[in-house]
Amino acid sequence: MLFTALAIARVKDLFAAVMLMGIYSLLTASLFVVMHAVDVAFTEAVVGAGISTLLMLKALALTGPHQNNSSYRSMLALVVVLISGALLIYGTWDIPPFASASAPIHQHVAPHYIQNSMQETGVRNVVTAILASYRGFDTFGELVVVFTASVGVMGLLAVTHPHDKYHDGDAAAMQQHLILRIVVKMLIPLILIFALYVQFHGDYGPGGGFQAGVIFASAIILYSMVFGSHAAQQVVNRTVIQILAALGVLIYGSVGIVSLLMGRNFLDYSALLPDPVDGQHLGILLVELGVGITVAAAMIIIFFSFSDRVVSEEVSPE
Amino acid sequence: MILGTYNYWVVIALMMIGLFVVIAHGNLLKKVIGLSILQTSVFILYISMSYISGGTAPILEHGVELYSNPLPHVLILTAIVVGIATTALALALVIRIKETYGTIEEQEIQARDLHEC
Repeated sequence: MLFTALAIARVKDLFAAVMLMGIYSLLTASLFVVMHAVDVAFTEAVVGAGISTLLMLKALALTGPHQNNSSYRSMLALVVVLISGALLIYGTWDIPPFASASAPIHQHVAPHYIQNSMQETGVRNVVTAILASYRGFDTFGELVVVFTASVGVMGLLAVTHPHDKYHDGDAAAMQQHLILRIVVKMLIPLILIFALYVQFHGDYGPGGGFQAGVIFASAIILYSMVFGSHAAQQVVNRTVIQILAALGVLIYGSVGIVSLLMGRNFLDYSALLPDPVDGQHLGILLVELGVGITVAAAMIIIFFSFSDRVVSEEVSPE
Repeated sequence: MILGTYNYWVVIALMMIGLFVVIAHGNLLKKVIGLSILQTSVFILYISMSYISGGTAPILEHGVELYSNPLPHVLILTAIVVGIATTALALALVIRIKETYGTIEEQEIQARDLHEC
């Protein structure tokens, strides 16, 4: 992994750098599995190796793959980096050793979560329980950040509609790849079903709204890559997607408001049903649904904004 | 004792590579790539802290006592998704800069700014 990172730093061709970035993300995901962080590994594999590489390629298509030979401050950078690296390594002297169970981080709230989350929420995956229930405020805030970022991308890249709407360079090139088209058609339903499985199985195994949303979006993105973004936008209407992105945040927020109206704290799901544990379970399910919808819609919006830009660049002669 | 903290050394090395790319390269897209290497190094820092040798993934099973710490997992899980959203925003900004200035090299952009002043 270090070697991949070094190669990224050295390589001049941006296309190669982006591809190496994908490999690097996949390696990171494998490392997370080795460290027993299955949920995180899942997210990193889907987001880092999948969507992020794709977005960078789209950006690359718009900005050109070549980088000037401009390591103009490399001496200065090297000095800064070496000094701060040495200071950080000096800082590790006092840190408890790797993988010891007695480190301070494992002493405070974590044992409480592990021992009590089953009784309090009825969810077997502790990560999901913390994500949606104990730290529901954080997750709500992060969801709003994702939503805001997608709105920002839309605002920055808003296109006046391309003149020739049927011009779709990608799709025309893909017409010839019969095998690709058929395999993609077979894969898309499977990906969508898998996304739903990940969404609703998040209580019992690794998974949840964030991963499911990204997988769902990747099915749509795959379709738009092979059949052209015009065809994809006929399948998933742009306005509908925009409304969905807001709807997910609203679902999350209104679950919080409902529990407020029932006389409990904001996002205290115990109030939702007579039995507090059932209420917690229902609340987690609803909140994960909201997360899934917003993340999927936000990713699709971001991808469409990027690919529309590419198409309109091709159409308008510069 | 000293070798016991090798995970942090790997993290620091990655962090410094990311920082180096951000400082030394003038290409804005390359800077975004450097930022995401820096970001991943922080993810690895958190996840490696939550690892306990002999533990298992934090999904409750009967007869298992030792789990790795679930709290950093939650923080990083959401951070990854937020990270891609903000990276997308950065890429969108880069694209707009390319359209306005015709280049994404920092030096050329500064030269054009000086020229126009």
